Amino acid sequence: MVVVAVLAIVGVGLLAASLLQGGPSGTAPGFRGQLQGAGATFPYPFYSKLAAEYSKVVPGVQVNYNSIGSGGGIRQFTDKTVDFGASDAPLTGAQYSGVEGVLHVPMVIGGVVAAYNVPGLSSGLRLTGDVLARIFLGEITSWGDQDIRSLNPSLDLPDKPIVVVHRSDGSGTTFVWTQYLSTVSEAWASRVGASTSVNWPVGLGGSGNNGVAGLIQQNPYSIGYVEYTYAVLNDMTVVYLQNAAGMFVPPTAEAFSAAAEAASLSLPRGDQSWSQVSIVRALANDTRAGAAYPVTSFTYVLIYRDMSVVPGMNLDKARALVKFLWWAIHEGQSYAQPLGYVPLPSSVVTLDEATLRMVTFSGEPLL
Amino acid sequence: MKDILLKRRVKGRIYIALCYGALAVALVPLLSILLVTTSKALPVIDSQFVTQLPAPVGSPGGGIANAIQGTAIVVGVASLIGIPVGVLSGIYLSEYGGKLADLVRFLNEVLTGFPSIVVGLFVWGTIVMTLHHFAAIAGSIALSILMIPVVSRTTEESLKLVPKDLREAALALGIPKWRTTLSIVLSSGRNGVITGSILAVSRVAGETAPMLLTSLSSSFWFSSLDQPVATLPITIYYYAISPFVDLQNKAWGAAFLLMAFLLATSVSVRVISGRRVTA
Amino acid sequence: MPSHPIRGGDRIFRAAAMAAATIALFLVLGIAYTLLEGSYPSVGRFGLGFILGTEWDPAIKMAFGALPLIWGTLVTSAIALLLGVPVSLGVGLLLSEFAPRRSRFPLSLLVELLAAVPSVVYGLWGIFILAPTLRDFVYPALQAALGFLPSFSGSYSGLGVLTAGIILAIMIVPTVSAVSREVFSAVPNSQREAFFAIGATRWEVARHVFSYARSGVIGAVTLGLGRALGETMAVTMVIGNRFEIPSSLFQPGYTMAALIASEFNEATDPLYVSSIVEVGLLLFAITLSVSIVARLLVRRSMKLFREVGNE
Repeated sequence: MVVVAVLAIVGVGLLAASLLQGGPSGTAPGFRGQLQGAGATFPYPFYSKLAAEYSKVVPGVQVNYNSIGSGGGIRQFTDKTVDFGASDAPLTGAQYSGVEGVLHVPMVIGGVVAAYNVPGLSSGLRLTGDVLARIFLGEITSWGDQDIRSLNPSLDLPDKPIVVVHRSDGSGTTFVWTQYLSTVSEAWASRVGASTSVNWPVGLGGSGNNGVAGLIQQNPYSIGYVEYTYAVLNDMTVVYLQNAAGMFVPPTAEAFSAAAEAASLSLPRGDQSWSQVSIVRALANDTRAGAAYPVTSFTYVLIYRDMSVVPGMNLDKARALVKFLWWAIHEGQSYAQPLGYVPLPSSVVTLDEATLRMVTFSGEPLL
Repeated sequence: MKDILLKRRVKGRIYIALCYGALAVALVPLLSILLVTTSKALPVIDSQFVTQLPAPVGSPGGGIANAIQGTAIVVGVASLIGIPVGVLSGIYLSEYGGKLADLVRFLNEVLTGFPSIVVGLFVWGTIVMTLHHFAAIAGSIALSILMIPVVSRTTEESLKLVPKDLREAALALGIPKWRTTLSIVLSSGRNGVITGSILAVSRVAGETAPMLLTSLSSSFWFSSLDQPVATLPITIYYYAISPFVDLQNKAWGAAFLLMAFLLATSVSVRVISGRRVTA
Repeated sequence: MPSHPIRGGDRIFRAAAMAAATIALFLVLGIAYTLLEGSYPSVGRFGLGFILGTEWDPAIKMAFGALPLIWGTLVTSAIALLLGVPVSLGVGLLLSEFAPRRSRFPLSLLVELLAAVPSVVYGLWGIFILAPTLRDFVYPALQAALGFLPSFSGSYSGLGVLTAGIILAIMIVPTVSAVSREVFSAVPNSQREAFFAIGATRWEVARHVFSYARSGVIGAVTLGLGRALGETMAVTMVIGNRFEIPSSLFQPGYTMAALIASEFNEATDPLYVSSIVEVGLLLFAITLSVSIVARLLVRRSMKLFREVGNE
């Protein structure tokens, strides 16, 4: 009985504490509460920082972002179980025609790097796209393979089996990575393809960028792909990939920026299909972009053009969401660089502004 | 003759020693888990850990207070649903009986220890899809589904131990059956009912798989039952598979807190009831 | 009998209690229905071939199949039984027949504490303690001894089918040992006394108890099997999550439960989602059957003992 009483008291106490938390009881009008987002792990460090900073700018609005992978973001967005989705992979043509009124809002640019854990090796392993693809195809199985050695004559490479690490969940990072492998390897393009979730020939599966980075850390002689920020925050050693111009480029914010510029994509309007937008593909044959890192990508927020189709949405909440996104593409961009992302070029910001102006709630514009 | 007897004795001693060895083998992982969790958790647990929200990714500091709160609320609501239903169900099985009761009794045994991921799928398909988002209440419902068979069985067992005379005496006095059951039989068997309920609560407090598909997670305090919420098991999972050493350490801290709660309830239940409670 | 206000209360109460009880029935039916409904698209597309399919390709071919998952689930459970059952039976016999009476309660308490550790904490311990220990100390020895067998060949990272099997073995020990101990204790004393009377040693008496309680033991083992089949978190954290039937036990693999946990929230295409739900349906069917068989066996043996004991 004593135990029951104790547990009951503790339970009531916690419930009471939670109710007292509530949130600041400011007098500012408008929406107070949580905005639910879910999706890509690629930009999660950035969105997490944005959410923390925005709650200081507009107390009372909490942006809760669940980092479950781009596949999850797309799924939840189409299921309408969240207020906004997030994905590094734009909707495919089929997905786009299956959803009415979707808007793509690119939020930031980042890069996907090949991180490895080989005791004794520091950053700077040089690999060509072809060799990398053969590693992920399971055709090159040892770190001491001749093809790797010939690219890195000064390094002492051990004759140990390579442990490949990939994503087990639906991932925009996977989409970008497999797009890249498809452009540098015909074998990859025909056997495996590019998508958020593929039939991996070899390797261990980790959940999220987190999971993959964790697996690489814990498994000596492993190699995997993660978004750049995860490699930086965890002091991981990364590959210098060869780009289409033949240069071996270390992944840095400058290299991603160079990539975005060189791609000089003509971007569609926010309400059109973005399935053909790809910095990776644009750079695949660009033999002049010497400083560009080949595996660079936008990451998108997905929202409905008419917010009223989302259950649980009301005018104030929709307005709060659009205001957050507006802040994110302007003031929020200052948080990108310190975390290893590339802020949006001004042309893209202008494009996004036009996109956000399209958002309505049952016809009433929100901005 | 003596030789054979000796051989039999020695053989017997060896096998018995092997049984002790089996016990040792079984206890090694337990000790490892307890020791490692405690040693890795103690440096992490401080007042910041239990009172603060998680810090943004890559920034140090912060805590898991929202997960503690979330688990308390989700498990609390699950108990509010699961315990009354389970007790009522156990009462039916014990006091009324019949073919239906036999079937339900059997189903309860089958449902105990059922894969919780399947229950998660079920709640996702029904509640989450209807609500159109992940929600704390969906998590609570999933947990209550896992609780009901356990509470029902332990209630039934406890009530069956109450001697028949008690019921007959009450009925002879003209007290209606429902009053008899609630006021007399139930209170007589309350020890077993309470320990069974506590056991069920501790069983579901550590569940992770169904939460992945129902209440998901959150970086903030609990806001409302129809929104996602952070829970200790999910936090442990996400932090454990992350590459950030800071988060991995926090995972050990969260595991310590969760296990402290579970072990405390487990031990106290056994001590109170004195005998083994079938679960 | 004339209608009486009290009778009304009884009727309501009985109805409420019955409703509460039948929830169990509705739950089982409801789960089955939801899973059937959700997997309908993929059942329609792949039919029975799903069970034998070996591809999981959500990108190019949209082909899904469950054979590697079923293999992984069965093999990890088999390893769990192979390693966990002897230990559990040893413990069960110990606590029922040999251990000094005073120590039985605290010792059984200790063993049941293993059940109080949640799956996710087993997974956490598995990633950071068990897998590295196996990788650095146990697996090299295993490969040295048994490396000629394909099952123990090849490279290992500590994460894989064998590691998952080992963690499952640990996790089923509390269940199997507790139930088998109960079954042993339920063997009527007349049996023990008879054997002691003809001069058997303690071990020989215990062996007789064991064989007398055979069907109950099988029931306990089947219960353990049921738990192993459905374990999710600990498995997904150490098995490597690789959709493949590996050539070696050191390699990564996948189980039905682990796939659902890893991929459900991220599946984008409706056929993909439906295939995962179908995996859930298969898991449901398998664990339900095993559970039913297990409970039937345990019940039958307990009933047998009661009848015999009453002679």
